Order: sequence, then structure tokens, then C-alpha cells
Amino acid sequence: MQKEWKKPCRCFPESVHNKVSSILVKRIKMNLRDVQRDIVDEFSVFEDWLDKYNYLIELGNELPDLAPAYKTDEYLIRGCQSRVWLHAELKDGKIAFMADSDAVIVKGIVALLVRVMSGRTPDEILEDDLFFIDEIGLRQNLSPTRSNGLLAMVKKMRLYALAYQAKANDKTSKK
Amino acid sequence: MALNIPHIRNDFPILGQQVYNKPLIYFDNGATTHKPNVVIQTVRELQEMYNSSIHRGLHYLSDRMTERYEAARESVRSFINAASASEVIFTSGTTGSINTVAFSFGEKYIKKGDEVLITEMEHHSNLVPWQMMCERKGARLRVIPMDDRGELVMGSLDQLITEKTRILALVHASNSLGTVNPVKEIIQMAHARDVPVLVDGAQMVQHGEVDVRDLDCDFYVFSAHKIFGPTGSGVLYGKEKWLEGLPPYQGGGDMVDRVTFKSTTYNALPFKFEAGTTNYTGAIGMGTALEYVKSLGISEIREYEANLIRFMLEKLDGIPGLTLFGRARQRISVFSFLLDQTHPYDAGMILDKMGIAVRTGTHCTQPVMDHFGITGTIRASLVFYNTEEEVVRFAEGVEKTMQMLS
Repeated sequence: MQKEWKKPCRCFPESVHNKVSSILVKRIKMNLRDVQRDIVDEFSVFEDWLDKYNYLIELGNELPDLAPAYKTDEYLIRGCQSRVWLHAELKDGKIAFMADSDAVIVKGIVALLVRVMSGRTPDEILEDDLFFIDEIGLRQNLSPTRSNGLLAMVKKMRLYALAYQAKANDKTSKK
Repeated sequence: MALNIPHIRNDFPILGQQVYNKPLIYFDNGATTHKPNVVIQTVRELQEMYNSSIHRGLHYLSDRMTERYEAARESVRSFINAASASEVIFTSGTTGSINTVAFSFGEKYIKKGDEVLITEMEHHSNLVPWQMMCERKGARLRVIPMDDRGELVMGSLDQLITEKTRILALVHASNSLGTVNPVKEIIQMAHARDVPVLVDGAQMVQHGEVDVRDLDCDFYVFSAHKIFGPTGSGVLYGKEKWLEGLPPYQGGGDMVDRVTFKSTTYNALPFKFEAGTTNYTGAIGMGTALEYVKSLGISEIREYEANLIRFMLEKLDGIPGLTLFGRARQRISVFSFLLDQTHPYDAGMILDKMGIAVRTGTHCTQPVMDHFGITGTIRASLVFYNTEEEVVRFAEGVEKTMQMLS
């Protein structure tokens, strides 16, 4: 028996999962740069590291858990210590990312990545840089030695974008 | 005489610093220990004044370096009370030492159907090399179980040591639970059935006396960097009767006597097991570190740490929602715990920002985590330069962490 770290599950029922991914795609109005600027602004009010972590814990707790169907090994991004699950869907040419982690601070960072990357076209994701992580001082959390799954998550998000882009190009060339 | 801790802390320049504008509390000594000035100076002096390859050059610098290297071997011999310096082999560390024995012993003595005995609380370094060797030889790896206190089930030994058992490898002090195993008693039981014993002392040598002749162990291994020496160096002690008979682990320079394309004869002990240019600065630095520990007094260290252990246990037990894993009656100052239902990684991240260095995860003992049905713990590991004052601040930090995560 593995110990469950998490509080009671607040995940979406399967039935609303599709609606959520649609909302994730539709609600995005800002571009990828602006939403990152927003996050940097939000974090700029915290002078103390522990306040930043408190905010990340809040974000982590607010992000709904991934539906059990996606919390499987197939979607698992293996970190040595904390685990991250990532699922992606393409809706109207935009990618909806849904993700989760068993560590709440990591989940807070996951929530930020979902907020930045979801609702973008594959082109947007592949063209723009992720600068907010550096600017809010969370870079160390994406270092390969941390092995918390976050670095691999960012890579996986780009891989999804690349795959969807390739698929789209494939379709257009066939037309 | 009791240890003068403020004075001792001054010997370790790294301890005086602030991290994130907070005084550093370093409770990750199980991973690596800091280096006192004497060790830092030794390594610097070697680089500045003596750097030369040992045992080869017939010139001033090489001679000096060789002298210091062999003096370090003598320091190790005396520290563990080995019979002869030729029984002390310098390696890259505990892992290197165990791989050497697992390979060489396996080549010579292990056949299909034989058994190798380890314990449930081994570090992966004292598990995987044996597992690899068993797979290669068609042998069976058997495991001495532990109970929920983190103590070995001594009653199981009688059944587990069989006529097929070729070697027993066990940890002296557990790196994840803090348990000190009754190795002397276990060695006697094993020897009564002609089974040699390797003891992994990586977490023991820095905390208490180790006398390999009193223990009567056949092999004893440890790392320099966990006993205030440089990284990348360590010791393989082996009784001469075993080391003489074992084939070398690696071939290369310095370990040979006569080399032709037809065949090679090997150098005498200890050089037979020291192929290539060794980490002589690391080994000499370790010699200095051992002399430093000796100068403080090992029984004084043990006495000071015994009080620190009592104080730490009192503090940890006073924190509601904290679960301690490992309650062995004989223990070192290593404490593994969880906070309520929170993930250890979250706690480690928060403690870090309070200037408190701990380790989180499985501590390279996944089977120990499996025993307790957990995926990891937070580990605080203390040595003699840690203080009760730090323990108090640590406990406050832990409580604050719990509040943040609840």
C-alpha cells in the first residue's frame, strides 16, 4: 500500500472533463507573453520566499486534480521524488493541457505552466520562450538535478506541440 | 573532556554562512559532511607544493607525495585498528569498495545456486552490486528482514544463514533509519558457519569507534567525504587472507608486477586493487580528516551526539502529526520522518528557504520505503558540529512548514 499524500480528491468527474478542456481553450485572451508578464507581476509583491511558496501552495490546491483516467503511468512524467502527470488535447487548433502532481508546491508550478501554455496553438508554444520561471526565481525547480518532473513536463508540453504541429502540417500538405 | 562546539564550528568555514539571509542549519550530513580547515589546507598544500603521481617517479615531488599517501594509509589503519596497512585499499568511496568485493569475491567464490545474504535496510550501494553479481553467477540474493522499529529480526538469521550462503553483507548504521546493527554478534553467528562478512560503515565511522579486529569483520568499507574528508575517496579494508586470494577488480597501471602479451602477474597488496592513478589528494585529505576526528576524541563525539539524539527525539516527538520512521534502540543521529499527509518534497523545499538543509526522498533505500508503505521521507542527519540551538530552530521550522502545508 502506497501512502496517499493528497487531501480528498477534487478532480473533475469524467462527464465534465470535455467541457473543462473546452473552457481552457476558449477563455484565453492574452498572448503567451502577456500571461507570463501577469504572473511575474503577481509574484513581485512577495518579498519573502515563504510567501511565494504560500502562493504556490494556494495555486496548487486550487488546480483541480486530473481525472483518474489520466492519472496513470501512461501520463506520468517520472521525477525521482515528486510525480507529475500531463494530458493534452487539441481543440480548434489549440492545445488544452491538464496536469497534476503529488507534491503541492510542484503542483502550484504545474498550475502556472498550464495557465501559460493552455489555449495556445502549437506554433505559439514552439515560438515563444518561457521566461516567467526565471523571473519569479523558480529556475532551480526546473534544474535536471531536482528530478521533480517539472523540466520533463515543459519538454513534454513542447513535444505535444511539435506533434500537433506536424499533424496539422501533414493534413494541409495532403489537401 | 567535553567537546568545545563553538571552537569546533570555527574549524568548518562553510558553517558560518547565511543562506537566503538566514543562518545555515546543515542537517544533511548523511549525504556528505563538511570539511574542516585542516583538510582544506592539506588538499591545497598538495596541489600547490607536491602534485606528482605516486609510486612511479623517482623524483623529489613524487617521493613526497608517495610518502604522504602511505602515511594516510597508516592513518586509516590505525583509525580502524587493522592489523596491517596492506589491508587498507584506497578506493573511490563506499560504492567503489563494495563493487570491488562483489566482483572479485563473486568471480572467485560464487557459483550457481549459492546464496548471498544482505539485509532489508541496505543502501542501494550494498544491494545492487550483489544483485548484479548474483544475476551473473546464477546465485540467489536473500534478505534478513527488519521489524517496524527498524531493527533486524535477529531470530531469522539462524534460518537464513545456510550451507549455501557464501557471504553476508550488511550495513553498520542505516542511512535512512539511523539503526546501528549488532554487527559483532552477527559476524560471530556468520563465522560459526564459515560465512565471511562485509560491513558497510559509511554512516558509522563518523559517529563511533570502529575496530575491525574487535568486530572480526572480513571486509569493512567507508567513504572519506562522510567523515569530513574530500569526495571521491574511500576505503576497502579486507583481511589479508581474503584480499590475497581475490582476483583484481580492475586492470591497469600500478596494480601489476610483470606484463607481457601472454600474461600478467599482479602487484602485492594493497596495490593489486589500486589500478590506475589513484585519487591521492583525496586519500591524503582523508588521512588528515581521520587525524582531526581522532584529535577531538571519538568517545567524546559519541557522548556529545548521544545527548543530541535524545534532545532531537524529544523535540520531534513533541510535534503533533510528525511520524518518525526508525526507532531502533541503538542509533546514530539520523532521523527520517513525515509530516501528516504532506509530501516530503514540499516540506524539503520550504525548509530550504528557511536556511535548513535536509534530504528528502528514498535516500537510496527504496526497499526500506516499501517496508513502511511510503514513497519517501524527510531526513535530518546531524554530526558533532550541530547544536541543540539548531535543533530548536529546526523544530520551529518543521512546525511552520506543517502550518503552511495544512
